[in-house]
Amino acid sequence: MQPISLARPQLLNAIWAMHDVKGFLDDNDIGQLSTLFGVSAVEIEGVVSFYHFFHRQPSGKHTIYLNNSIVSEFSGFEEVKRAFEKETGATLGKVDATGTFGFYETSCIGLSDQEPAALVDFCPVVELTPQKVKTLIAKLKSGAPAITVCDEPKNNIRYTPGERAFILKDYQPGTALQKLGELAPTDVIQQVKDAGLMGMGGAFFPTGIKWEGCRKNASNRKFVVCNADEGEPGTFKDRVLLNTMPGLVIEGMALGAYAVGASEGIIYLRAEYRWLKEKIEQTLEDFREKNWLGDHIPAKQPFSFDIRVQLGAGAYVCGEETALLNSLEGKRGEPRTRRYFPVERGYLSKPTLVNNVETFATAARILESGPVQMRELGTKDSPGTKLISISGDCARPGIYEIEWGMHLSELLTLCEANDPYYVQVSGPSGTTVSMKERNRRLCKEDLVCGGSFMVFNKSRDLLQILLNFNNFFKHESCGICTPCRAGNFILNRKLEKLELGLCSLRDLVEIEDWGVTIKQNSRCGLGQLSPNSIIDAIHKFPEYFDSRVDKSGSRLSRGFDMERAVREYEEAVEA
Amino acid sequence: MSNPITITIDGKEVQVEDGSLLINAIREAGVDVPSLCYYEHIDPPLGTCRVCTVEVNGRHQASCTTLARNGMNVVVHDDPTLHDTRKAMVEMLFAEGNHFCPACEKSGDCDLQGMGYELGVQMSRFPHLFIDRIIDYNPKRMVIEHNRCIRCRRCVDEVLTDDGKRVFSFAHRGNDTEVAIDYEQEAKLNEEQAMRAMHICPTGAILVRGKSLARPFGDRKYDIKGVHSGENVPMEKPLAPMGSNGEKKVIATVSLAGCFGCHMSMLDLDMGILDLVDLVEFNKSPLTDIKHFTKKVDVGLIEGGCCNSENVEVLREFRRKCDILVAVGECSIWGGLPAMRNMVPLRECLEEAYLHSFTSENEAAIIPSHEDIPKILDKVYACSEVVDIDYFIPGCPPSANHIWKMVKNILFGAEYSVVYPEFKYD
Ligand SMILES: Cc1cc2nc3c(=O)[nH]c(=O)nc-3n(C[C@H](O)[C@H](O)[C@H](O)COP(=O)(O)O)c2cc1C
Ligand code: SF4
Ligand code: SF4
Ligand code: SF4
Ligand code: FES
Repeated sequence: MQPISLARPQLLNAIWAMHDVKGFLDDNDIGQLSTLFGVSAVEIEGVVSFYHFFHRQPSGKHTIYLNNSIVSEFSGFEEVKRAFEKETGATLGKVDATGTFGFYETSCIGLSDQEPAALVDFCPVVELTPQKVKTLIAKLKSGAPAITVCDEPKNNIRYTPGERAFILKDYQPGTALQKLGELAPTDVIQQVKDAGLMGMGGAFFPTGIKWEGCRKNASNRKFVVCNADEGEPGTFKDRVLLNTMPGLVIEGMALGAYAVGASEGIIYLRAEYRWLKEKIEQTLEDFREKNWLGDHIPAKQPFSFDIRVQLGAGAYVCGEETALLNSLEGKRGEPRTRRYFPVERGYLSKPTLVNNVETFATAARILESGPVQMRELGTKDSPGTKLISISGDCARPGIYEIEWGMHLSELLTLCEANDPYYVQVSGPSGTTVSMKERNRRLCKEDLVCGGSFMVFNKSRDLLQILLNFNNFFKHESCGICTPCRAGNFILNRKLEKLELGLCSLRDLVEIEDWGVTIKQNSRCGLGQLSPNSIIDAIHKFPEYFDSRVDKSGSRLSRGFDMERAVREYEEAVEA
Repeated sequence: MSNPITITIDGKEVQVEDGSLLINAIREAGVDVPSLCYYEHIDPPLGTCRVCTVEVNGRHQASCTTLARNGMNVVVHDDPTLHDTRKAMVEMLFAEGNHFCPACEKSGDCDLQGMGYELGVQMSRFPHLFIDRIIDYNPKRMVIEHNRCIRCRRCVDEVLTDDGKRVFSFAHRGNDTEVAIDYEQEAKLNEEQAMRAMHICPTGAILVRGKSLARPFGDRKYDIKGVHSGENVPMEKPLAPMGSNGEKKVIATVSLAGCFGCHMSMLDLDMGILDLVDLVEFNKSPLTDIKHFTKKVDVGLIEGGCCNSENVEVLREFRRKCDILVAVGECSIWGGLPAMRNMVPLRECLEEAYLHSFTSENEAAIIPSHEDIPKILDKVYACSEVVDIDYFIPGCPPSANHIWKMVKNILFGAEYSVVYPEFKYD
């Protein structure tokens, strides 16, 4: 072993390389990494244990991750789980006795339109049934590699507004890049501004202003980062974009780089989309061959730019841009304190432009079609179109490119949601919408949507949904700040109490108060948004909660259940 | 000041250095703001605990990670909900960890505890989580008490070996986040470095063997006065003192799952108790040995939480008979020392106590059960988890002065302030 230190940003890749060999890291591996990177072993442990796809114990010759998002839960998670357990002999969270299969659950893997879905050795399998699981495991047992037995997920592009489609339309690679021949970097920024592009990753920050900000920060080195971490449960638009038009995204990144003066680009690809990596890298290679990437990209001003793909390792919070930057630097994906914007000090403390996949794709379309065309679409505050990922109780789950401003009811009709009761807009972090609000419009002026649109009908239990969301946050919190780390766990206890029917009206008030405390005081967006759905639901579905809480106002009971409290003792003395 | 700017703190304009840390700017302006993870030498600040939260231009922000900018409008105390927010952060940390102050080496020197006093935390509004955490005895010089770690990150950033390697790191994530220690690196620390680690840890999570009790109790940082200023602990006043109808007020007391220490403390009033009996009469209470309620009671004082079915019945009876219930002492407030068993499944506790203990005879040992003896609950419950509790008096035990001041306030609206030495968790 050479005692040289590797640069820290290579840590994730180094871990992946070792991990791929046997499906876990042993103490020896940790020691080696510690020597290679010149840091203490505990620091390596810290990184490894942060990401849930990294194991410290054997994870089987084949490793299976079954998605546990709410849509999966409602599409047969339980029976598929049992089928996996039966066929593999591995119980959830463990490896079977022969060490052949490791079986785990995982947060949303971006296949909500084809649930229940799982990853087998990081290859997707979708629309699982017990029968399908049986066949699948039999094939793996007979020695077939996962890649040969997995599915090719459908793109499920269900709707585009015909002539008015702005993103999902015919794509001629290089069209946007060609425009750079006549445009100075500031012209590119102007076009993006004129079009009124907003960030599509959920925060809707004006993209032009961000690009300008990054341009203005003088530095010898700048970066452009594409946020392809798409972790919000129910979102899969970036998956479809990267699967159908990776080139468009790459062009968008190149425009961004030209605009801000960056020469290095990184696509941070969530490990759940590892199956897309090859396609993206092939596209990058094609671009290099055509001189659309590299040192001689034709443009009005000298322009060199290249992109690499960085694989994540399983952590929703890494979608938060500063956590993403830490992750890129080979650290735990903990969000940074809000002292600097990434455009001031980002990756390696250099000015860094972070945008979402769809933002880059749309930026490329703006250069192709011109800002005027985009302004003709959508609403005043949100021009253009938006990709919505629809899942849940509807006949046509999939991708919808809608013009901003569409009524909720229209979208529900389009996706053939026959008996909608409740829609979760923008994922668990987003807005809970009841059917009283079906006339609301999806746009900046009214109800924004980052991409996830989950439809639930009356047969679904609201509390089950809220518990699923809460468990998600509890698990995905980076754990660094008090309100999010402890608060979501505490809320979990309250929801369990609600489930047991032991809550009084006062508990509901507390849930809301504590939710607000978590929202107001958390360090990053994860914590700040995490109680949204619970708070919303209490307000929007009062009849549901009314039927579940004790309204007697009795001072004698704070939800203590004697029978339950003595059960363990009774069992112990019976035995 | 090389670059002065003007910001508003609680409505007052002050000049501060542009880009200085807001927390320092606020303090330099003579305004107190609590903090826990903030440690001056660590740059950039950690921003993990959120105890220093203030309002900046209408939004909550941690003042230790915010830079002062011209025209900022900062609210620290003017809005009382901010005080409550900061208090909530501290309460969360108590609820999340397993803090048994009476059994803690750091008690009196602990910043978390000190912050509890400083903010007048009488109880945690949040349910205690009672997660089973380990105590790591493997390091050479140190013991790591994970039950007490508040994940402030100070040790991660500050404790390095001479060759610049980290001794601590965070591991895992979410509520499983914990500090992990590198045994190999820890062994390289000299005594002084290890002591420093113990000192920068704001809680009793990092202990150096043989050194943690060096400073005697009673002589410790927060024994006499608060972190920042003042002699009195800021207390929420009990709301409406009961009106007088000319009759003597009636008090009842009981010890549930407690050790009678709180009752001993009530007696600690010494001669003062003679004054008290002029004003009140005692009904059901171990102090009078009256076994059953004979009349309606004004104030019930509850020592101890609920560890068995009888405790629950008695507590409910107290709720029925008393207009006001006060939880006296840590056990009553959240379980206290008996709740040490809450991290372990009941069956394991019972088996350990009755079947596998040194004194149990192999064949004859059974877990006691009979219709005449109460059933053991799955965990020790705080009284407030069973019935409504009106007021809380912390301490293990609370001092006599604290108890009676508060009771007199409830009964007669008497002037009410509690000084630091009277307000304790241990
Ligand atoms: C917890 C959390 C998760 C996020 N996940 C993503 C994500 O998966 N993809 C994404 O593009 N943005 C995500 N974001 C938003 C990013 O922080 C950031 O705003 C975005 O990448 C900026 O790009 P945009 O302006 O193009 O949207 C997330 C934010 C938070 C707080
Ligand atoms: S809000 Fe949650 S995810 Fe964000 S920094 Fe705090 S603990 Fe981490
Ligand atoms: S003294 Fe501090 S660390 Fe020790 S138990 Fe009390 S609060 Fe926790
Ligand atoms: S061990 Fe102490 S210093 Fe380290 S994170 Fe925990 S509380 Fe903070
Ligand atoms: S002191 Fe500011 S966040 Fe802890």
